[in-house]
Order: sequence, then C-alpha cells, then structure tokens
Amino acid sequence: MEVQKLIQRYRYSIILLKQLVKTDFKLRYQGSALGYVWSLLRPLLLFVILFLVFDKVFKQGDAIPHYPVYLLLGIVLWNYFGEVTSGSVGAIVGRGDLLRKINFPKYVIILSGSFSAFINLLLNFIVIAIFMIIGGVTVSWHALLIIPIIAELFVFSIAVAFFLSALYVKFRDISYIWEVIMQAAFYATPILYALSVVPVRYAKWLILSPMAQIIQDARYVLVTPQTQTIAHFHNSAWVWAAPFGVVAIITVVATTYFRNRSKFFAEEI
Amino acid sequence: MDDEIVISVNHVYKNFVLPHEKISSVKGLFTSLAKRRPSKTKETQRALQDINFQIKKGEFFGIVGRNGSGKSTMLKILAGIYQPTRGSVQTHGKLVPFIELGVGFNAELTGRENVFLNGALLGFSHSEIAAMYDGIVAFAELEKFMDQKLKNYSSGMQVRLAFSMATRADAEILLIDEVLAVGDADFQRKCFDYFRSLKKNKKTVVFVSHDMNAIREYCDRAVMIEANKMVAEGDPELVAMEYNKAFMHEDARNNKDATSKRWGDKTIHYTKVRVEPKVVKAQKTIKIITTAKATVDLDDPVFGFVIKNAAGQHILGTNSKIKHQKFEHVTSGQEFELSWELPHVFGDGKYYMDLAIHRDSGSRDADWWEDAASFTVYKDERTPYIISPDVTLTVKS
Repeated sequence: MEVQKLIQRYRYSIILLKQLVKTDFKLRYQGSALGYVWSLLRPLLLFVILFLVFDKVFKQGDAIPHYPVYLLLGIVLWNYFGEVTSGSVGAIVGRGDLLRKINFPKYVIILSGSFSAFINLLLNFIVIAIFMIIGGVTVSWHALLIIPIIAELFVFSIAVAFFLSALYVKFRDISYIWEVIMQAAFYATPILYALSVVPVRYAKWLILSPMAQIIQDARYVLVTPQTQTIAHFHNSAWVWAAPFGVVAIITVVATTYFRNRSKFFAEEI
Repeated sequence: MDDEIVISVNHVYKNFVLPHEKISSVKGLFTSLAKRRPSKTKETQRALQDINFQIKKGEFFGIVGRNGSGKSTMLKILAGIYQPTRGSVQTHGKLVPFIELGVGFNAELTGRENVFLNGALLGFSHSEIAAMYDGIVAFAELEKFMDQKLKNYSSGMQVRLAFSMATRADAEILLIDEVLAVGDADFQRKCFDYFRSLKKNKKTVVFVSHDMNAIREYCDRAVMIEANKMVAEGDPELVAMEYNKAFMHEDARNNKDATSKRWGDKTIHYTKVRVEPKVVKAQKTIKIITTAKATVDLDDPVFGFVIKNAAGQHILGTNSKIKHQKFEHVTSGQEFELSWELPHVFGDGKYYMDLAIHRDSGSRDADWWEDAASFTVYKDERTPYIISPDVTLTVKS
C-alpha cells in the first residue's frame, strides 16, 4: 500500500527518468559504428595504456598481486565518478530550453545522467569479472560487500553532481575549476599507485577522502586483502567513519542547496 | 458550470533581477566581495504587479495583452515554471505542465522516439503512449514519416506532430499560449475543433492570445494585462474592447515617431493624410483625405492606396488610374487634395493603409508610404471573417 502511494507520488519522475535515460543512451552513440561497445572499449583502452606504463615501465605491479585487475577496478570506479560529476556540471544549463517551457522535477535531469553512467559502470563490471577469472583472483563471500561500496559511490557522485549543477547555473567558472580539481584528485587518489608507496604521514590523510576509501575498499573485497584500507592507518572507529561522514554531509548540503535553487533555475539560466 | 475555484491567483508580483553585469564567474564574486560595495548595478524589472484573479472549474479563461505586457510570465507562473516574487498561486487539479507545443522535441531522434519522449514529459508511461500511438500519428497525418529523424521534418510537420501530442494531454487544467498563430488553414481548423471539444468536455482552459476574435468566440471570461498590471477583468467582450482601446492610444503615440517605411524620389509626395472617422463604429462609409504636392514638373501621376488588416493581408485598394481620373501634366508647386470614400465593410480590428504615388503612368515610384495611416473598427455585429458589410436579414412568417 505504501509502495503504491510512493509510486503514485513519483510516477511522473519515474516515467521521465526512464525516458531520459533511454534517450540519452540512444543519442550517445548515434552514428558511431561500434555503438555501445565503446562504453566497454574506452576504459579498456585506457587501461591498456596505463597498464603498459605503470606495470611494464614503472614496475608498479611487482608489489601488488593481480595488479591489472587492481588497476582496472580503480580506473572504472574513478571514471564513473568523473562521468557523473563532470557530466552534471552543465546538465541543468544544457536543459535550459526544457526548463523554460515545462515544469518538471529538476532532480530527474541529474538522476538520468547518473543512471546512464551507472549502466556503463555495470557493463564495466562484467569486464572486471572476466579479468578476475582470467587472472585467477580468489573470491570469497567478502566480494558481496562491493554492493554497499557501490551504493556509497552512487550516493557520493550524485550528491556532488547536484551541488555542481546547481552552482553552475550561477557561476559558470565552475566547469573549469572542477576540471582542475578532478585532475588533482586523480593523482591524490591511489588509482595508479599503491598507497604503500606514499609516506604514511600523507597516506593516512589521503585515505580519508571518500574516493580513496571507496576504491581501496573495493579492491580489498574484490582483488586482494593486501590492499591498504583505512583500518591500516587508523585505529579509531570514529576515524573509519570519517569518509562516510564526508559523504553524508555533502549529500545533505548538496540536496538542500539543489532543492532551494531548483525553483529559480528557469529564470536564472 | 460549477463554482469550484480551480486556480486562484492572489496578489501576485513578479520581479526579475537583471544584473547589468551579471556575476557569473567566481572571480566576479570574489572581486565584488573584496570591494565590499553593495552592487548597485542590479536592476529590478517588474514583470507583474498585483495580479489577482480566480478561475472556476470548466471555465475558458482568456489572458490578453500586448507583447511584453507580462501575460506570458503570468502563464509561466501558473505552470509553475516561475515562482512569484510575492503573492501566491493555488491550483487544484492536474495541470498540464507545459505552455508550448513540442517541448523536448529532439531533432536527432525519429518522430516515433520523439512521441515517446514528449509523451513522458506529458506524464504518459511507455505503455500508455504505445496504446495511443496510432491515433497520434493518424491525427498528425505523418504515417510515412515516423521513422525519419525530426530534423528532416518540415516545420509544418513538426507542429502537426506536436499538436497531435498536446491534444492527448490528460489534464483537468490546460494552459495554451498562442497556438493558433501557426499552421495552414487545415491545421487551424483542427485547432478550433480541438478547442470546441475542450469546451464540450468542460475542461478548464487558460488561453493566452492577442487574437480578439478567438478570445470572444471561446472565452467565458478574460483579463487584460497591460504594462504589467491588470487593467480589465470580466466579460470577454469588454476586455476585447479595452484591448482595442489600448491599441488606439498606442497609435496616437506611435504617429509622432514615424516608424513607417517610406521611399520614392519625392518629385510628388503626400503632405497630409487623415482617416475619418479614426474609430469606426456604425458609420456607413470611411473617408481617406490626403493632400499631395509636386516639387517638379511631371506627367501622369497615379494616386493609390491599399488597406491591410492587422495580419498584413491586403483587403482592398485602388488608384486614380483605375478610377479613370487623369492628371496629365502637373507643374512644380501644384497641390492636390484627394478624398476617397469607401463603404464600411470591415470586421472588428485594426487596419493600416499604404499610400502611393507613381509617375509617368505608374512606371516610377514617386512616393510610397507604408502604414501611412490606420483606423480601428468595432461594431456591435461581429463575425470572424475578413469583411463584415451590412447584411440585412428579413424574416417572414
């Protein structure tokens, strides 16, 4: 009964969301010969390049078991975050023609971008699974913990997306600033390198960022328990909760800000 | 009609803040913060002031006003696209959330895909659209084109598809903004049929237009918004009259800054033009009195005029040659007064006239004056047709 009510209340949003995600997928690879295959090929090609550079040239892989999967998982998770957030910056402004002519729940725009990227993420996980089988990664029931980790990533990405898209309506510099931040964050997050190569006094701070925590935890449960997670650097459960706290605070602030601003999107863009 | 109020607009004000130099960069934000100067460059544009009206269930409600008067802003506030700065709007019942045809149409998608996308915006699920798909396509007469991309459609085809979608909108309250301005006669007929069906089905409709004939024909009540304020409310007849009056005042002002186009070699040109009466009611005839003056010696000038309606259609016209009036030789400095008298056959609305003088039997333009004068017609008998001469009706029984 309650579910029925909820569906009724959000019926319009759900219909719209489905259709926008569908349209997005149709339009994205329109006119390209390989189409959806690019969703898989893109991260794979990036992976090949990075693998050659960091495993073969810099010999990163020697210290980490299953380095290829370890690397690929990091790239895929980071790419998802990048796709959702960078894609969202101009999302509201980009739908200006629609916003000025029709009243609909604005969060649907951000959700649809996020879902499109999420479908990509799921496809990429198929590739990761194949690599895990090839690489002979032993999987325990721990692997199921990937689900809450992905959920955290989903929430964190969309929260940042809400904030950026609403902010961009007023301050158009955000797109450039975010580009730089993403570049810096890419290197501040242990994606290419193992956290163990970073001096502990820095590493213990780096691991507090939600993205570092998410990527390291994902590697821990899926690839190798040798991955250094937050427990490796800190003893206090309070500190362990810090990345989740960051996600929670950003989510509350971002959604509140988005909700308050969304009424005025139509006249401000 | 029951008396239940479905839309209640209470003292609505809408201001748009227009920063002269919009701070849309973070640097701008920081520098203006650093200067600690209250930004004086902001300008508040008052789009609506103290708008107040109620719409009852099943009413066909018109909002009239000229361009820039604020009527479209009002409609956007009703649709929930804009928020009022002050005051409130209450609506009861499902409101169609769009104000324009073909919202969300994407040129890169096929007609079929656009139907589903636009349908979702109207609140229809995939299966609901699928069920009415054939009907939508048939109504738009686009059976053969549905798998083509929208960018390959003509604008007429796009409008037909959009309109066909809009007629499916399942809402208790509809907002319609000037749809009749587009499309050919056949399409307009469909629009009118749709309007009639809305009326028959007791839908509540808010209709924004500056076509007074449509307002009179369909609306039960109307308001007029002029210079961002409500200036008239009630019977559509009265509101339409108010609207025409406003146009007349505007006219008096406009005549001073002659924006009309005029060209020719001015060897002979009009010096004065007057229409009597300026506002035509029950009079049988209309007089156009012009004076013209020659500045050189010339042969065979031809004087003429044409009267256009507000839409720019040429209704009637003639010239001195057609009237077998010859002027042969004209000397420099000679003046003429020409008075045309024509029967009053005009329907309600505003009419403009172009005046012209040709010389050498019409081969050269001496003076061509577009929109040289205008007059406004309103009378008791109204028909929606181009002309409305005195027609007598005799009934024997």
